[in-house]
Amino acid sequence: MKSFVPTAIVIAVLAAVPLVVQSNATLNFLVVTLMIALAGQGWNILGGYGGQYSFGHAAFFGTGAYVTSILQVRYGVNAWPGFAIGIAAGAALGAVIGALTFRSGLRGSYFALVTLAFAEVLRIVASVAPITGAGVGTLMTLELGARTFQFQSRAAFYWVILALVAVSLVIAELIERSRFGTWLVAVRENEDAASALGVDARKVKTAAMTISGAITAAAGCFYAQYFLFIDSGIAYGTWISVEALLTAIIGGVGTVFGPLAGALVVKSLGEATRLMIGDAPGLDLIIYGAVLVLVIWIMPRGLIGGIADARKIFGRRKPAAMSTEQVRHG
Amino acid sequence: MLSAAILIPAVLNGLLMGAVYALVALGLTLIYGVLHIINFAHGALLSAALFAAFFAFKLLGLDPYVALFLLAPLFFVLGYGLQRFVIGPASHGDDRNMLLVTLGIAVIIENALLYNFRGDTRTIDVPYAFQTFNLGVTYLAVPRVVGFVAVFVVALALWLLMTFTDVGRAIRAVAKEKLGAQLVGIDVAHVYAMTFGLGTACVAIAACLLIPTYYVNPGVGNAFVLVAFTIVVLGGMGSVPGAVIGAFVIGVVESLSGLFLGESLGQIGIFLIFIAVLLLRPTGLFGARA
Amino acid sequence: MPNQKYLLNRRRFLATTAVATGAIAMPSILRAQGAPVKLGVLHPVTGALSYSGQQGRLGATLAIEEINAAGGIKGLGKIDPVLGDAQSTPEGGTAEVEKMNSAGVAAIVGGYASNICLATTQAAARYELPYVVDVGVADGIVTRGLKNTFRFGPGFGVIAKTALANLAAINDAAGKPAKTVMIVHEDSLFGSGLAKLLNAQLPAQGFQILETIPHPTPTRDFNNVVLKIKAQNPDLVIPASYYNEYVLLARTMQQQQVKLKGIYSVLGGAASSYKFVKEFPEAAKYIMDCNHWFDPRNPKAVALKKTVEDKGQFYTYEVYMNYSCIMLVADALQRAASADRAKITEALASSTFAGHLMPYGPTKFVNGQNEGAAPVNTQVLDNDIKVILPATFANAKPVFPMPA
Repeated sequence: MKSFVPTAIVIAVLAAVPLVVQSNATLNFLVVTLMIALAGQGWNILGGYGGQYSFGHAAFFGTGAYVTSILQVRYGVNAWPGFAIGIAAGAALGAVIGALTFRSGLRGSYFALVTLAFAEVLRIVASVAPITGAGVGTLMTLELGARTFQFQSRAAFYWVILALVAVSLVIAELIERSRFGTWLVAVRENEDAASALGVDARKVKTAAMTISGAITAAAGCFYAQYFLFIDSGIAYGTWISVEALLTAIIGGVGTVFGPLAGALVVKSLGEATRLMIGDAPGLDLIIYGAVLVLVIWIMPRGLIGGIADARKIFGRRKPAAMSTEQVRHG
Repeated sequence: MLSAAILIPAVLNGLLMGAVYALVALGLTLIYGVLHIINFAHGALLSAALFAAFFAFKLLGLDPYVALFLLAPLFFVLGYGLQRFVIGPASHGDDRNMLLVTLGIAVIIENALLYNFRGDTRTIDVPYAFQTFNLGVTYLAVPRVVGFVAVFVVALALWLLMTFTDVGRAIRAVAKEKLGAQLVGIDVAHVYAMTFGLGTACVAIAACLLIPTYYVNPGVGNAFVLVAFTIVVLGGMGSVPGAVIGAFVIGVVESLSGLFLGESLGQIGIFLIFIAVLLLRPTGLFGARA
Repeated sequence: MPNQKYLLNRRRFLATTAVATGAIAMPSILRAQGAPVKLGVLHPVTGALSYSGQQGRLGATLAIEEINAAGGIKGLGKIDPVLGDAQSTPEGGTAEVEKMNSAGVAAIVGGYASNICLATTQAAARYELPYVVDVGVADGIVTRGLKNTFRFGPGFGVIAKTALANLAAINDAAGKPAKTVMIVHEDSLFGSGLAKLLNAQLPAQGFQILETIPHPTPTRDFNNVVLKIKAQNPDLVIPASYYNEYVLLARTMQQQQVKLKGIYSVLGGAASSYKFVKEFPEAAKYIMDCNHWFDPRNPKAVALKKTVEDKGQFYTYEVYMNYSCIMLVADALQRAASADRAKITEALASSTFAGHLMPYGPTKFVNGQNEGAAPVNTQVLDNDIKVILPATFANAKPVFPMPA
């Protein structure tokens, strides 16, 4: 339980924010940032811990968003079970894509682009299929209230997305501490060696993809509830695939807090540059891109990795005797 | 739909479109094959090259087919510099970081174009833009046919370069075995930069051949990126013949599925073929083992 | 000179409403200028829609500059524009609405794209912040019962109906040469929505639809679409696309020497664009469009055209629609005599504003939609864009069918 303390502290601090911050603009910013962090955490399970970089996580995001929207708009299903079914759909999709791609032994860039291809297929189908409204998209009726998952206050949305992020952090922690996690990391580091040692690489990767799909689908369901309108470009577009992997890599792959930290930094950076530059269209994004490159230049292991590196550097100041002490006491 | 009168032109259109894709994909497959990264900046570089071709025409009065000989070396230098002084150092040799660095560069390039030139769509008017070869069943646009021929010339030139020159051999060595290449004294950073430069030069050539029948704006390159990535992986990373053949395959598949399924749904043809090939042949048509 | 005209119109307007607004109007003329009124101006100036967004912003800022140069809003002071970038996404637009609300804007104008407007009007509704949609044609924007949302221009229900009525009129007047039709449309919100309506209503007007072809944005090549058109040889092609695709389609049709009785666009991206006519005069000849257009008899609208062209830009619909929306809001602000949101909403709801540049007549909002709003039919004739219908605004007669 001791290991969950950092998670608990982070969540507690974040949960207190709406009590202090009244500005809806800031709350909206944080809600969107946390949603991206959730999508990124999903990616992180497969890409960070599992080492399988996916470029098509939009497939899960969009599936969650569409499933919950269509169930509500066309079949009158309530938003809450719809949300749960959306997550289940994401998990199922993860299992299917995982089974197909890992059976063929696809790895590295090939795997990345195949996931992109799946996302694109879904996007194109969604843009013409009548059930999604095709090009017109799916518009959910505006009905404020907790029953329809359309909260009046932004703070309520904030706490919901924070709860989802908290769950994803706990999942990451559990994976880190479990045997499954060890297998997953072993597969990431050297799949052939892991197989030789008896790890069923295919099953492990597929399981990771299932969990990954579920988490990112949750982010998609949330998007649908927050913005109430989706179309194929919003749901399955490459933008969310890129944001998910961007936040995870910048924040630090294979770490519990990586995507959260990455999302906060990347999104804040975007806001800061826009504020600084005001209205010169494009200039703020030039600076954003430049800072992105700089961040990677300076902190190649991402933010969390960078902090760990910094600790190591500062930790080296301790005298040698102390370190043997530490060695003895583990 | 199944009459020859429609199928033949559709296949021809597919081949001509495939030629455009091939030119874009050639640069990408080189970069991909050697640096083992998915170059996110490729689309933005294509947009930049199109702008360059546009201004070469508007300000210098250079026809795109002439500007090609000016822009290819220019963009080679640009690509070399980018890799040598920005991408290489910033990514510390890590594949995933190279991905993000190229993404950052893509954002910078695209928005620099937007900031300087606004989002207006620009086109050039050359006399042969509307000329066609009349084949009876269909008219083939002259610039597209020129592009088709150019693909073979460029691909041949690249192949000759890779097979018979020292530079080419060094590139192939680094692509196959980086450490070994280093051990025999090859300057890997220089080779990486040369490769990126070559890839970017190809993009400049693609732009010059594309501009007579297309348009220019800051985001225009993005439309070609996904297809280009698909072709590169389909043909096999680093394989020049793979990129060309893969491009023609994709072009024809796109054209035929567009014909049968409609332009919107037809786009899945590209990705379904891609998925099918990879599931059955994980290293692509001509690729070496991953 | 336009400023003078504007003042005169305002005074006349004020005089007629003085009875209704009573004592409020009189002292406001005499009262000193107050603190600036903040007005949100929201457009997608970066991202895929950046051109349209920048044109929209141009129109809005020109209007605000003009109002401020004449002393601002009587009784309230100058307008302080709060510019926002929707970044071509609904999330971007929503974030800007939040920021504008925090900045204390009295109202917001803009959005441009339907999917952005759906999100932004909703976000503004939380704060009962009056929102005037500049273009966004999806009917869903004004059918959600949001009291704060006003759309000055027409929705695609009205556009489709007008387009078809006008098409039937033009066809009848020429002796009904056209019977078969092919529709080519972009496959997202505006194109698909329009295509659905056209499919439902064209047969009733006596037309036979041979095929409806959706295409993505962006589309890299139209050769196959044109192939199908040539194979089926319709009398008319009805395109509904964004600018770039429209141009590619038109160029490809010219290249493949497609012979039609007419090209009749509905919200055709380039069909009523001066840029297209200037750059591709051959491909643009005789193309008809049913689209947003300014009132060609309105001298202010014509004067603004010159102002915009002197700045090196094209006079596109985003410019004059946004200009008109700002004028509409300024009028509402003046009548409300306050920057209070509820009062502005009321003033908008009861607006009869006629000082705009559009061929809409006096404004009348019913459930947020301006009832007078309608598109206009244009045709490219003599390297210029002329209005051919309705007759009250027309400055040319339709040429149909297209000469061989």
